[in-house]
Amino acid sequence: MELSYEDTGELRVITVQEDRIDAAVAIQFKDRMRELTDTAPPRLLLDLSRVSFLDSSGLGAVVAAFKQAGPERRLELAGLTPTVEKVFKLTRMDSVFTIHAAVGDVTGLVANAS
Amino acid sequence: MGNEDHTQGRRAMPGAPVVHLFFQAEASAVRRALETAMAVLRDLPLAADRVGAVEIVLAEVLNNVVEHAYAERGQGLVELEVLREATALSFRIGDDGREMPQGMVPPGAAHDLDVRDSDLPEGGFGWFLIHELTEDLVYRRLGPRNVLTFRIAIGGDPAGR
Repeated sequence: MELSYEDTGELRVITVQEDRIDAAVAIQFKDRMRELTDTAPPRLLLDLSRVSFLDSSGLGAVVAAFKQAGPERRLELAGLTPTVEKVFKLTRMDSVFTIHAAVGDVTGLVANAS
Repeated sequence: MGNEDHTQGRRAMPGAPVVHLFFQAEASAVRRALETAMAVLRDLPLAADRVGAVEIVLAEVLNNVVEHAYAERGQGLVELEVLREATALSFRIGDDGREMPQGMVPPGAAHDLDVRDSDLPEGGFGWFLIHELTEDLVYRRLGPRNVLTFRIAIGGDPAGR
């Protein structure tokens, strides 16, 4: 399960470098996310633009990562591909997360603000 | 007797067979079977939105077979058959694992998300998604065998949207 990250000031962008977050990798994803959030700045953005498929285990792992980040850090999402978006919409998890169309929508704002 | 029922189940599904796979109930074998099935179905062709629905449902159903039906045994064989009908794909998934609880399809209700972040659900989405995305969802216990059948509408415009 490969996740990469880049910090820009108060924002950490975590990019999932995999095509799928499914039952086979959900636990690895959750563990790796814990490592990357424990040391993170206050705002976290999970870039899912390379993920074409996420099943219910993957969704559970993203929710777990959101909860792990805790009240002091906020995990937001960006770049949902159509099938991933469908899972979030059907389960109404799209109402729980702040979801951005693309990472650039957020990093652009951060760059402008500083 | 189990065999008779098994064949009956098959006859009850008219349509052209497009996928018929047997594979081990193990994560990487399931992933490969899913890839094979999706490659065939994309080629039908199928609208992108329908491809997504089929992939979600198949992933959930097959995960359930691995994690529940065969959980105690740790291994087993799964059969996946897909037939193409006029306006839908018809699916049949068979395994020889444990019977479903109460001998029926789990209900899969929607979660209450109006809770504190720390109380958000991390599981139990699978059957909810299956119910939402399928029609004619039927589970049968045929002797030692579990057979789950359902349809996913593909509409009349396979190239569409």
